[in-house]
Amino acid sequence: MQGYMYPNEFELQWSLLIVLYPYITGLVAGAFILASLERVFNVKEVQPTYRLALLTALAFMLVATLPLLAHLGHPERSYEIFMTPNRKSAMAMFGFVYAWYLMVVLLVEIWFDYRKDMVQWYRESAGLKRWFYYALTLGATDTSADALKFDDKWGRWITIIGIPSAFLLHGYVGFIFGSIKANPWWSSVLMPVVFLFSAIVSGIALVLVLYMLTTMFRWRKIDMVCLEKLAQFLFYALIVDFSLESLDFIHRLYEAEESIGILSQMIESRLFISLIVLQVLMGTIIPLVMLGLTSSALHKGGFLRVAPELRQLIYLTCAVMIQIGIFSIRWNVVIGGQLFSKSLRGLTVYKVELLGIEGLAVTIGLLCLPLVILWVLVKILPPWTDQETPTTSQATA
Amino acid sequence: MTEADDQAISNQDAPHNRDPDRREFLNEMLAVCGAAAPVFFGIVRVPVQTDEYDASDHHYGMGIDVNKCIGCGRCVQACTIENDVPEEPHFTNTWVERYIIKTDGEVMVDSPDAGMHGFPRTGDEGAILKTFFVPKLCNHCEEAPCVQVCPVGATFTTEDGVVLVDEEYCIGCRYCIQACPYGARYLHPEKHVAGKCTFCYHRLVEGLVPACVEVCPTQARIFGAVEGRPTPLAQFMRFNTIQVLKPHLNTQPKVFYANLDGEVR
Repeated sequence: MQGYMYPNEFELQWSLLIVLYPYITGLVAGAFILASLERVFNVKEVQPTYRLALLTALAFMLVATLPLLAHLGHPERSYEIFMTPNRKSAMAMFGFVYAWYLMVVLLVEIWFDYRKDMVQWYRESAGLKRWFYYALTLGATDTSADALKFDDKWGRWITIIGIPSAFLLHGYVGFIFGSIKANPWWSSVLMPVVFLFSAIVSGIALVLVLYMLTTMFRWRKIDMVCLEKLAQFLFYALIVDFSLESLDFIHRLYEAEESIGILSQMIESRLFISLIVLQVLMGTIIPLVMLGLTSSALHKGGFLRVAPELRQLIYLTCAVMIQIGIFSIRWNVVIGGQLFSKSLRGLTVYKVELLGIEGLAVTIGLLCLPLVILWVLVKILPPWTDQETPTTSQATA
Repeated sequence: MTEADDQAISNQDAPHNRDPDRREFLNEMLAVCGAAAPVFFGIVRVPVQTDEYDASDHHYGMGIDVNKCIGCGRCVQACTIENDVPEEPHFTNTWVERYIIKTDGEVMVDSPDAGMHGFPRTGDEGAILKTFFVPKLCNHCEEAPCVQVCPVGATFTTEDGVVLVDEEYCIGCRYCIQACPYGARYLHPEKHVAGKCTFCYHRLVEGLVPACVEVCPTQARIFGAVEGRPTPLAQFMRFNTIQVLKPHLNTQPKVFYANLDGEVR
């Protein structure tokens, strides 16, 4: 500790688990928005990632509430948010926004998109598997041209509803922080927008990584046109995100309100690694330069002509670095906002514990859990476009 | 001249040889007056057993005269005993801050153990321009951000203007703690719900003042209805220049400070 903290400020209220919450919801929103590129905006190049993006969004969505629940003082009372929500509270809407997004948007869209395949798997399978897929079709086994047209039409409409919903989901998470006027580090009208664009960046980067890894491990050839498009969109989203972050930063610096002194101290000392090094340098500037030089974002074919294999490696590296950068953004917002005293006279420290409910082990577990869920989802609902039945021998690839 | 007068004169002549009976009498009178004075001046309200408490009759606030606070920490001790405040450090309903402003303009603030056991000497008195103590507590804001953000409505404002937490209902999300600009809330380590100053609500309904107000030896804390009656608080606010903490946040605090230095946040 350095300087003066109010006595009640010694303990950080929101720990690593709450860093996870905006990180995970951001991935959900970002992955969905990527999926909507293909469906609504007809960016056909990214079609190979469409279903994978939807399933990724679902897998992470299912885990999104766990860090919150684990963090509550009385998780057994959490249902009260649904039963008696305080309509003036930003947080009270969480349950409804979450339920809307999960139930109305994600599940329905996935159902419409997969219905034809589910019917087919139901017809092809036998025994328990057959009934499982029948249950998934909800009894709607009509695969006539009219029925499929209906699916397509409604799937499209759900995506159109889904885009503002995804904006709502993550913009709303930003609002939870941005509307706290007591905290000068959080209180910013830009917060929901910054959250949103960083979500898009993280979602695209995650799907890019997952697409590359799953394709490689299935011994398939990576669709370079798709990858190029992903890298291009990643670059554009990152530019917007970085511009917004910079605007926020410059605005604070220029206004130089009474909190500027302590916030500057915090950035120079406590957040130097996570903000300057990880978020700005590693997570933003280096990937921007690498993508700008090698992808088609600024110049068709890229300024630097590199072999496709090297280009794949560069994109993968960029996407991983961006993920680390986005996690750092969440860390800097959540933890950074609690490292200084509201008396603006002191700084405290946060030490991550290894074990315990709010520790590093649980956090890593919660980060791995969506990947396990995704693995299961992919087994049940194969999203691959390059091969309808992934169970055949890999050697044929 | 009577005998008693004679006795009086002789006592005046011999001040160290007073009549023990008379001294006892005076002591008793002094004790009675001393005990009655807070009641007389309206600082302590004697419980009225006949009247049932009606919250709509009151709208409470607190006044703090910074010049009167001597930093003894009695208020913090009393609060801890009276309320279920955790014994570990760093959880407190009220605390006292010491400000030391040096001649070079440097401001030092501390509150060891929330000021409960007083303050250690500073050591370099020569360089000090001024020093003062500021008692702090929940401001029971009219526009309380904690009440606004509570997702389930477990934090609420009573009809008589006190911000309370329903411990049976709070889910322990800590959003209220984040939203409080004054650092007045904490998560109770055993109950896992938000904890804060209640203005000793259990005492208010009995017609008593909060424990911190009752024990303050210098009457630096003044309690009463904010408006509408000639209460000690109303009088305090009338005869002093009043400030509140962080007015720019528009929380409309109901803890009113007199003689507050601009360095206090």
